Amino acid sequence: MGAIPTAAADNDQQPTDAEPPVLEARGIVKRFGHVEALRGADFTVRRGEVVALIGDNGAGKSTLIKTLSGVHPPDEGEIRVGGRPVQFSTPVDARRAGVETVYQDLAVADDLSVAANLYLGREILRSGPLGRLGLLDKRAMRHGAAAALDELGVRIPRVTTPIAMLSGGQRQCVAVARAIIWATNVVILDEPTAALGVVQTGRVLDVVRRARDAGMSVVLVSHNMPQVLEIADRVEVLRLGRRAAQLRADEVTTDDLVAAMTGSTNVDRDER
Amino acid sequence: MSSAEATAGTQRGELSDWFRERISHAVSEFTAATALVVLFIALTFASPYFLTADNLFNIGAQTAVIAIIATAQTMVIITKGIDLSVGSVAALAGVLGAMVVRDLGFSLWAATAVAIGVGALAGLLNGLLVTVARIPPFIATLGTMSVGRGLVFIITGAVGVYGLPRSFQLLGNGQILGIPFAVVITVLVAVGVAFLLSQTRFGQYTYAMGSNLEAARRSGIRVGRHLTGVYVLAGVLVGLGGMIAASRVNSGQPNYGISLELDVIAAAVIGGASLFGGQGRIVGTIIGAFLIALVRNGAVLLDISIHYQQVIVGVIIWAAVYFDQYRRRRLESRG
Repeated sequence: MGAIPTAAADNDQQPTDAEPPVLEARGIVKRFGHVEALRGADFTVRRGEVVALIGDNGAGKSTLIKTLSGVHPPDEGEIRVGGRPVQFSTPVDARRAGVETVYQDLAVADDLSVAANLYLGREILRSGPLGRLGLLDKRAMRHGAAAALDELGVRIPRVTTPIAMLSGGQRQCVAVARAIIWATNVVILDEPTAALGVVQTGRVLDVVRRARDAGMSVVLVSHNMPQVLEIADRVEVLRLGRRAAQLRADEVTTDDLVAAMTGSTNVDRDER
Repeated sequence: MSSAEATAGTQRGELSDWFRERISHAVSEFTAATALVVLFIALTFASPYFLTADNLFNIGAQTAVIAIIATAQTMVIITKGIDLSVGSVAALAGVLGAMVVRDLGFSLWAATAVAIGVGALAGLLNGLLVTVARIPPFIATLGTMSVGRGLVFIITGAVGVYGLPRSFQLLGNGQILGIPFAVVITVLVAVGVAFLLSQTRFGQYTYAMGSNLEAARRSGIRVGRHLTGVYVLAGVLVGLGGMIAASRVNSGQPNYGISLELDVIAAAVIGGASLFGGQGRIVGTIIGAFLIALVRNGAVLLDISIHYQQVIVGVIIWAAVYFDQYRRRRLESRG
């Protein structure tokens, strides 16, 4: 684990239009039986930005997120990573392409230590024949975990602590950190602060900022409009299974966001 | 509050956290070990036969079978599963092991390999029922328990397999330097599985699946394959245990192991394995197995009927599971 990847560290002043989006969805259609959850949805994430994905209940946010993280392969449409078309049939495919997702509920294994959770599915093995037998290098994982959490500013007592003994905020910080550590392109956070208090929410958002500053792209699904404007660089609005608007966070108010979500203004270009 | 006080408070908090973290595993193990010592002393006073070389040898060999099979059970319980089929599978393995010696002239070692193979197949069946057919472990292994017991009776015609050479007893009644052979095997099995669970990726995945199956799956762990592997490994140990049990009585008994699942589940849970998955250590299970074997042995020495033994084991299971729940609540109330 190389702690936080510093993507394109030397020439990342401003994401130029010339550089293809790090993650892009085009014309995604997803049906569940007769229900069309996504009806040609588009979505764009550029390098080093925090994009908030918002929309009313039933707009298709969760479905879109699950499509981008490989949980629900799309029926139609295209996903591109760094400009190249990719097929996400399973979450593992998405992770291989550098897209990590933190789901609302099932992020961590409570009985395992913080370090074990950070390395779950990517354990460091001992070198040599012992490693081939599956012997863990716990020391290396402890050190790696401590260093990576330190870099992201996540404070927990010890990396050997079982997750069950952490507070809700610490737990979520670990889950988010885990995704950031392994992602090489995009981290998708589905309502990461929905169950947290004010202070804990602040901690999680700090972690997100640090990751962005290190060149990571972050997609944030949230219902909390003030929070969206506080943390996001850009906002993409989903309505009725399509992109209804792309907005710059510093140019709009929460009222504008709500209007775009409900379709009560003409920010919305997809409608006739 | 001064900053010095705040710092001291934090340190105290961290120290107690550290303490809790260290001992949270060991609490049930320590409780079980204490109970074991108390029971041992009590039985020493209660029965003149208890502290004799013969009886201790007997307890050792008896503990061995329970401990090996409880070790298997612990692995399954850590994955949030349960294996109710251990008794019938042990009987099936023991009976077939005895039959290949009697009817086909197999050596003891070849017969042991057969018994282990039978256990592995049963474990594979359990694993596939759980992962491929998606039958909950409780029901899947309940079915295997019934099928296995039925097969044992069909194969043997409900008659024990006798007429075995004396050498058949080596596994269950033999000794090395005065230590029962079965105890040596048990120590090897326990150390091996404890190492596997605590030091290898296989062990890490076992705990992870029991703790949060979906998180494990989304971490890219091939949970179906791993879970099946756990059941197969458990089956191997159950087959071995069944063979040792048959060797002890120098025959294959179709009735062997009825309600054995209760003893081994009790041993695992007493030792700190959680039926909610994700927790359990072999050290605790071995202590639990000793405790169960002592209860059984003491009951025999004190002439307490087998029916009361069942009652006692049942009450112990209640107490152990209650304690597990209580511990979990305490731990999680902090969050």
